Amino acid sequence: MRECGNYKTTYRDDMKLFGTTGAKIKAIIIILTILALPLFASSYWVGLLTLCAIASVGAIGLNILTGLTGQISIGVGAFLGVGGYTSAILTSTAGISFWVALPIAGIVTALIGGLFGIPSLRLKGLYLAIATLAAQVIILFVISRWDGLTGGTAGMVLSRPTIGQFSLSSNTGYYYLCVIILLLTVLYATNLIRSRTGRAFLAVRDRDIAAQIMGINLFKYKVMAFAISSFFVGIAGALLAHYTMIVSPELYSFHVSIEYLAMILIGGLGSIFGSILGAVFITLLPVGLSSLIDVMAGIMPDLYQLFSAFKDFVFGAVIILFLIFEPGGLAHIWLNIKKYFRLWPFSY
Amino acid sequence: MGPILEIENVSLQFGGVKALDNVSYHIEKGEIFSLIGPNGAGKTSMLNCISGLYQPTGGSIRYKGQEIINMKPYNRTTLGIARAFQNIALFAHMSVLDNLKLGRHTLMKSGALSGGLYIGKSSNEEIEHRKKVEEVIEFLELQDIRHTPVGTLPYGLQKRVEVGRALALGPELILLDEPMAGMNSTEKDLMARFILDMHEVMEITVVLIEHDLGIVMNLSDHIAVLDFGKRIGFGTPEEIQKNPDVIKAYIGEETFI
Repeated sequence: MRECGNYKTTYRDDMKLFGTTGAKIKAIIIILTILALPLFASSYWVGLLTLCAIASVGAIGLNILTGLTGQISIGVGAFLGVGGYTSAILTSTAGISFWVALPIAGIVTALIGGLFGIPSLRLKGLYLAIATLAAQVIILFVISRWDGLTGGTAGMVLSRPTIGQFSLSSNTGYYYLCVIILLLTVLYATNLIRSRTGRAFLAVRDRDIAAQIMGINLFKYKVMAFAISSFFVGIAGALLAHYTMIVSPELYSFHVSIEYLAMILIGGLGSIFGSILGAVFITLLPVGLSSLIDVMAGIMPDLYQLFSAFKDFVFGAVIILFLIFEPGGLAHIWLNIKKYFRLWPFSY
Repeated sequence: MGPILEIENVSLQFGGVKALDNVSYHIEKGEIFSLIGPNGAGKTSMLNCISGLYQPTGGSIRYKGQEIINMKPYNRTTLGIARAFQNIALFAHMSVLDNLKLGRHTLMKSGALSGGLYIGKSSNEEIEHRKKVEEVIEFLELQDIRHTPVGTLPYGLQKRVEVGRALALGPELILLDEPMAGMNSTEKDLMARFILDMHEVMEITVVLIEHDLGIVMNLSDHIAVLDFGKRIGFGTPEEIQKNPDVIKAYIGEETFI
């Protein structure tokens, strides 16, 4: 990577996402690697990677709201549910194609998210968090009681989407769908941050009084952040529903909301790359733990019974450790590693 | 040239405290106007009323003849009223460039959809406004720090960026709340030069709050003096210097024993 001698002569050059040839090559290699992964991985791992990609879309959505705009939301689980159920009702009950249902699921979630974002004008911080918790409870209540539409506590069954004659029922096919949507999400979010709207979001987060004097309508941008964030959470919810091929209220519990908050905390607030790192970390954490326990079981067979308690314990411990030692999250750790090697071996 | 801003009988009350008490004055278009007074006299409260952060309990504020007292703060920005804060209110994590671009928020149009796509109109708009922002950067001599996060800059430079963000709006009326507070004399001279240039080159009407009376007397066309929320003086620097009430407020009354 060339650090010096890299002079920009136009503003357009200065704005480019991949300004140097090195950066372009790096981006292409990363994308090719992601696309080639299913060729080398088993179906089980492709499934896990799909879950990582879906969680990343949702985490990026939440990060736009919490990381960029500074509005804490603990209703993500329910918004995933809104996306999942919308797609389930549209495809299974109404018989509409998945490709139409997916964007509609996003839009419906965006509308409901925007609606629950309205209290954000008056409420800040902890109080807003409690208000979004109300969203979680209300939405889940509606989902589990509106039997006629949602199938109540029994849930609904979905099927994998098809393109023409070709079905995406294999893990590999669905992986490609999710990864492409993730790439589009990353592109959109990256551009959003450096555009007028993204700057306004950051301004609302950092100093809302100064933002008002800059001519930013706080209410409009807060509700907009809720809507945009919920759109991606809704898309993630729909993708997840068609992956697991079932929706039921307990899949969208309060616990899921906390998991998503943990993703962006551990990954890095306000960072797109961090959202992905956090999503992968939280998704793979139980898998890593269980394989660790498999290894340890040879020595201590009783560990199997402790596993479920152990998982929650590690989950909590990881969040606390990150908050204390690296509030910038995994994204910040990654930056530090990059900085170290930029000057390596002459890092003085 | 007629008055650009007319303040008439503005009062502001917090519970039992009268922060502003029937204050009236007017600001001519194209002048440098200073608002002075001892600490706690209500100068910043006055600016907050003009930019809309406080809602006066009575009176009227007219900008170019238009009543703005019930307007939301973000709508007043679109009229061309910019403001630099006393306690630096920059967005510390963003670069100087992004802070200045935020100053142009109301002049840009792209929304969440086109901004996220960042092609065509939206990216052209970014370039067009980048050019305007670069003019401000050149004017305030911020070239070498344009990509630096504001939070890492020294105090004097942050003050200058704060003024720059207000200038980026391309305002007709700029409210500067103690732009020279905490600066040494060299930095003060530099800032005074910027203020004069704003006034003469950019033809912006400047409202200045400042404690350094030497600078105020040198720069201003008109001055209003506040004390305990009351206007105790209004006029040219010469008139203010002779005004007995102002002398009393600043130096105290002569007492004979």
